[in-house]
Amino acid sequence: MRRIKEIVFLTVALLLFAPVPAAATETDAPETEQFDLNHYIFGHIGDAYEWHITTVNGHHISIPLPCIVIDGGLHVFSSRKMQENGYTLNENGKIVNAATGKRPIDISITKNVLSLMMSSVLLLVLILWTASWYRKHDAMKEAPRGFPGLMEMLITMVTDDIIKEGVGKDWQKYAPYLLTAFFFIFLNNLLGIVPFFPGGANLTGNIAVTLFLAVCTFLAVNLFGNKHYYKDIFWPEVPTWLKVPLPLMPLIEIIGMFTKPFSLMVRLFANILAGHIMLLGVVAVVFITAKLGPAINGSMSVIAVLFGVFMDILELLVAFIQAYVFTMLSSVFIGLSRQEPEHETRIETTK
Amino acid sequence: MSLITPDFGLLFWMTLIFAIVFFILAKFGFPLITGMVKKRSDSIEQSLREAEEARRTLKELASEQKKLIEEARKEQARILNEAAAAGDKIVQEARDQAREQTTAMIEKAREEIRIEQETARREITNEVTNLSIEVAEKLIRGHLSSAEKQNALIDKLIEEARAGRTTVN
Repeated sequence: MRRIKEIVFLTVALLLFAPVPAAATETDAPETEQFDLNHYIFGHIGDAYEWHITTVNGHHISIPLPCIVIDGGLHVFSSRKMQENGYTLNENGKIVNAATGKRPIDISITKNVLSLMMSSVLLLVLILWTASWYRKHDAMKEAPRGFPGLMEMLITMVTDDIIKEGVGKDWQKYAPYLLTAFFFIFLNNLLGIVPFFPGGANLTGNIAVTLFLAVCTFLAVNLFGNKHYYKDIFWPEVPTWLKVPLPLMPLIEIIGMFTKPFSLMVRLFANILAGHIMLLGVVAVVFITAKLGPAINGSMSVIAVLFGVFMDILELLVAFIQAYVFTMLSSVFIGLSRQEPEHETRIETTK
Repeated sequence: MSLITPDFGLLFWMTLIFAIVFFILAKFGFPLITGMVKKRSDSIEQSLREAEEARRTLKELASEQKKLIEEARKEQARILNEAAAAGDKIVQEARDQAREQTTAMIEKAREEIRIEQETARREITNEVTNLSIEVAEKLIRGHLSSAEKQNALIDKLIEEARAGRTTVN
């Protein structure tokens, strides 16, 4: 720890006494090229029709992605050839018809979609690899080591601590969905932290993805809810005046049906998005302070890097916690929709 | 604003891809793994239970064995004691018998000695008698070698016989 402090101090001190001529040459560039923080942050967390990798000497290096639009017929073209195909981007960076200015039905393979595809393939590989271990080995005689062992530990943790606890009876029925959701969120959270090509997309911090996951949980809760669950929604155990002339409680319960998955959607989305913005903000400090001179820029860079390391570690934690929380709350909501009434069974036994 | 409006394209792909991933994993991935893990944990649990049972049985066996050994030892001690007693008895009997036999033999010997003595005495008596008779014969022959001596003896004997008769009368 002391050694680290010394290194930091020395670096800052050296940068403070950096020669002035060097400063003059370095400050030239940022002044001519204004740093656009907004564009920088939203470019990273938003979606795009190309995968921007880096910029070298003002030259963008990016992977063009296929655009697929349905606009009176299916059009497929590379994002590099958008103009040639009669399409352009609007102020939100979405594809529009250049002639009419209207949004076509857009199912392009964007950065997020490509990331989703890659992470899904990775997820399939990871889980099926683990499954193949069990197919090849006699699980009664040996426990997996290495990667399948790690996966087994995670899967066992999720099933035992989250699913069994939350869902209760019949948990096996829901385990595949909840496990898929957990590993999907966890893997994409982790990939989101990786700053370069295969990772770096803000998938779990995208509202469409979390919306879909929340809808899945909503369906899992409401499609398989038992009689007691629906009775509690439409005819809850409250004084009659709360539900007869004006269905106050049923209304609140129905709203509750939707707020639960809504909270799931917003929680995951906001946490991951905020984490990305924080990380990007910390890194942006380096570029923002560039025009303030080498001394401040250098010392701030050191601080930004250290803080960035801290944020990255924090994000690792958040990546796991958010996957855990999403799965746990989904399990609990499912469990609540399958609860057996306590008082009714008591009455039945007294009969 | 675009941040919080779900994008249709992504939603479409997400639905499609997640459905495929979920289908594959739910069919070939997770149930297999969780099933195997459950099987293994069940088998471990069963093994533990069996081990516990085996340990209990072993304990019971050990105590039984201990009891058996204890009993065997007691039996052994009893048998040893009995054997010792029997041995003592046999020795005692043998000794008694030997003593009896000795006594009997001594008695017999004594008897024989006595008989021998009797016989010897009788023989000696006979011998002495014979000798006496022979001596008497010789003496008498000597005494009767002449006629007067014979007459004198006859006379004496008659005399003695007369004297005897008169005393009797």
